[in-house]
Amino acid sequence: MLIYALQRLALSVVIVAVALSILTLMLHVAPGDPAVMILGPRATPELIAQTRVEMGLDRPLAVQILTFFGNIAQGDLGRDVFTGREVSTIVFEQLPYTLALIAISIAWSGALGIALGAFSALRRNSWLDTLTGVLSVGTISIPAFVMALYAVLVFAVWLRWLPAIGAGEGLWDGLVHLALPSFAMGISWVGYVARMVRASMLEVMGRPHVRMARAFGLPERRIARSHVLRIAVLPAVTLIGTGAAHLFSAAVFVEVIFARPGVGALLVSAVNERNYPIVLGAVLVTTGIIVLATLVSDLVVAWLDPRQREAL
Amino acid sequence: MSDPLVRVERLSVDFATPRGTVHALRDVSLEVPRGRILGLVGESGCGKSTLAYALIGLLAENARIAGGAIRMEGQDLARLKPAAWRDLRGRRIAMIFQDPMTALNPVTTIGRQMLDIQYRDPGSRAEKRARAIAFLEQVQIPDAAAKLDVYPHQLSGGMRQRVCIAMALLTRPDLLIADEPTTALDATLEMQIVALLRELQATFGCSILFVSHHLGTVAELCDEVAVMYAGEVVEQGTARELFHDPRHPYTRALFDCDPARIREATRRLPTIPGTLPDLRRPPRGCAFRARCAQAFGRCAAEHPAMIGQGHAARCHLLDASLSEVGGTPA
Amino acid sequence: MSAAQETVLPEPGPLRRAARLLAGNRLGVLGFALVALIVGAAVFAPWIAPYDPAAIMVGPRMAPPSAEHWLGTDNIGRDLFSRVIAGGRIAMGVAAAALAAALTAGLALGLLAGLGPRWLDNLLLLVFDALRSFPTIVFGLAVVTLIGPSLFTVILVVAITSIPIYARIVRTQAQALREAEFILAERAMGVGLPRLVLVHVLPNVVGPLLILASMDVPLVIATEAGLSFLGMGVRPPTPSWGVILNDGYNFIRNSPWPVIAGSVPIVLVTLGFTFMGEALRDIFDPRLRKG
Repeated sequence: MLIYALQRLALSVVIVAVALSILTLMLHVAPGDPAVMILGPRATPELIAQTRVEMGLDRPLAVQILTFFGNIAQGDLGRDVFTGREVSTIVFEQLPYTLALIAISIAWSGALGIALGAFSALRRNSWLDTLTGVLSVGTISIPAFVMALYAVLVFAVWLRWLPAIGAGEGLWDGLVHLALPSFAMGISWVGYVARMVRASMLEVMGRPHVRMARAFGLPERRIARSHVLRIAVLPAVTLIGTGAAHLFSAAVFVEVIFARPGVGALLVSAVNERNYPIVLGAVLVTTGIIVLATLVSDLVVAWLDPRQREAL
Repeated sequence: MSDPLVRVERLSVDFATPRGTVHALRDVSLEVPRGRILGLVGESGCGKSTLAYALIGLLAENARIAGGAIRMEGQDLARLKPAAWRDLRGRRIAMIFQDPMTALNPVTTIGRQMLDIQYRDPGSRAEKRARAIAFLEQVQIPDAAAKLDVYPHQLSGGMRQRVCIAMALLTRPDLLIADEPTTALDATLEMQIVALLRELQATFGCSILFVSHHLGTVAELCDEVAVMYAGEVVEQGTARELFHDPRHPYTRALFDCDPARIREATRRLPTIPGTLPDLRRPPRGCAFRARCAQAFGRCAAEHPAMIGQGHAARCHLLDASLSEVGGTPA
Repeated sequence: MSAAQETVLPEPGPLRRAARLLAGNRLGVLGFALVALIVGAAVFAPWIAPYDPAAIMVGPRMAPPSAEHWLGTDNIGRDLFSRVIAGGRIAMGVAAAALAAALTAGLALGLLAGLGPRWLDNLLLLVFDALRSFPTIVFGLAVVTLIGPSLFTVILVVAITSIPIYARIVRTQAQALREAEFILAERAMGVGLPRLVLVHVLPNVVGPLLILASMDVPLVIATEAGLSFLGMGVRPPTPSWGVILNDGYNFIRNSPWPVIAGSVPIVLVTLGFTFMGEALRDIFDPRLRKG
């Protein structure tokens, strides 16, 4: 198990490295002087020259990439041009809000999705199955930011049940403020997971080992749990891991629409200001989190399915 | 003769398919003797697997028992409710399947699975583990205690099939149904499993229904044999009677086609000309008529009955020959 | 194990399947109909829209739907229905351009990966995986930072994120080609590579690519709308659905209609193309059907 985890970790690092290389490449391929781009509206000839030296933009590309990675490995993501603060500090300040949002969204939507999917498969063509099916198609068709807008419209503007702005103060208020955003983020996910789990369960239910379990007179509930669900959730777990990427996109919108703090909101404001170091830092941290999420879900799958531990 | 363990009486099973209703089993009557091994032989599509699954109540969803009965211990299995089936399965009736690679739950250990099937039994966990180990040893799995903590994918196909056999016997069934248990294994393994089954049957005394299309294996293992064709039993008798004196033209053709019988080098393997009849519209007369070299007038018009005492076959030819000799048709 | 499975009947060909499927699959028909409606509206937009999308109306602003303004008016007083229709044109245009670019690049890269040297294949696969693990919007924002917000930026972002999925399909087919023995025979006879690709690879990938493209359109539309909503894509006053939604969001407490007007088309497009994609999948390859 340990070797498997290490292998996955190594692979993740490689993927992050490739992603970053692409970004750095793009910086140089893009039209215009990178230093000007980084400084944005504040560019003056002296600042440009200074930045060029500071960021090593006058050195060959390969050296730049290497120093870049070297810095990142040490946790140095550069400095914000406007405030002079460390980019890593700025980004990590915002990270907990985004992580909380994503974690809660995944948790509730994953759990509900698996439950709905499993029940739909076990009670096929029941009203629950039909309802889940319709809801799934419906919610999958609605992009997260549209869902967020409707959530604001219905629950904040019309019904006034829940707040639509900000992150709130303290634990309880914070959770109340998380309700609408995580609802908007998770709702299409529920449909997606439910559909996948349903299909997966139906497929597993037809497999020979389930028939053999029946041949031994095992009760249906036990069969559903340890012979079907245990195997059928595996793709859903993988899905949830890769869903972190999708949810980050959604988080960007949700944080903007609900005026919440977080990496997404930071990213959007940085883009508006053409604040390239922060954009890069935020993108880097995002990639790292996603890769980590994928890794975690792979590990969970390996824990659940002993066959995966040998394969890579 | 002691009364049979299971008596199948004129069982008919239909399958509903998008292209019509397939009459997979038509008026099948059969007896599974107590404490003996009954072989069920026939080519693919003859209904032998359907019959096997009917005996354990695991027919597919689109299957329907259209008529007849399956009598065992005073119950009619053809009309049993799910709760009653759960009671029977894994206690009085057990089954081993064709493909050992997919028969076991891949994400739980062997030990866990062997304990699960004892869920109804009284006794402590330790006692159940001990029983599991004992049966693993019975099927000659080395280092049985360690194997309890192993996952199925860590075992070879032959070992997995032994585990399945151990699990089936663990429940001390009266009837063990084996659906082509050696088809997926190579010849050496097949011999081992067959020898094992014979030994275990002698030790535990259960009845075995051995479904197969390997004639040689069936001849080795089984006490009695029934041959099926197109959803019907066409011949049955003791193994000795059947293999020494096959009476139905289909049985004879099967034996002629058996590659093991080839004595001289040849370029062409013998086959039975023609194809299976379409079971959506079973033929009126004898089901084998279209492929039978000895068919005559009566074969097309009249459906033959099983003729003979003990060793019986469903063929009009027998009727004629018996009356020639002076005996009365059964 | 059941007798029914052993009676083998011939499989009907794709056209037959299509006819039978569309007859029985109402969702598929609905999908095709929706797509036809939307594409038609996009193509004929200037003739369908009752007003100029940029024209400021004389009546009230943020008005609810009425006979003159089917979807009401927005915060500046422009007719929402006309803006939505124009937005449809932009959406379909982006989808068409992005898909064309992605399919072309995907085809080229897929062929390279499948037929080229092993190291190139590995490199491309790594790049594809890396791209796939990026959230689309985050990637889009990074690109916007580099080259500024515009329609072109959106098309570029969407195209790049779509390329890997198409490239993979082509790559698989190309690899199969490589292994096939008859290819060696044809090469020995002097048949050139382009012709081989044309004859052997393309027919096999057309079906799966069509299906993928159909399923991809909703994502493309959503990305464009999303980026425009954030002000990073199409710039106002050009009436992309995302821009309409942004205006709607800013005045959400005044009237729900702009939000509704901007979002319903997105949902319809998604439903239409998804249903159509699933129907296509059933037609081209029933084996791909799950559950």
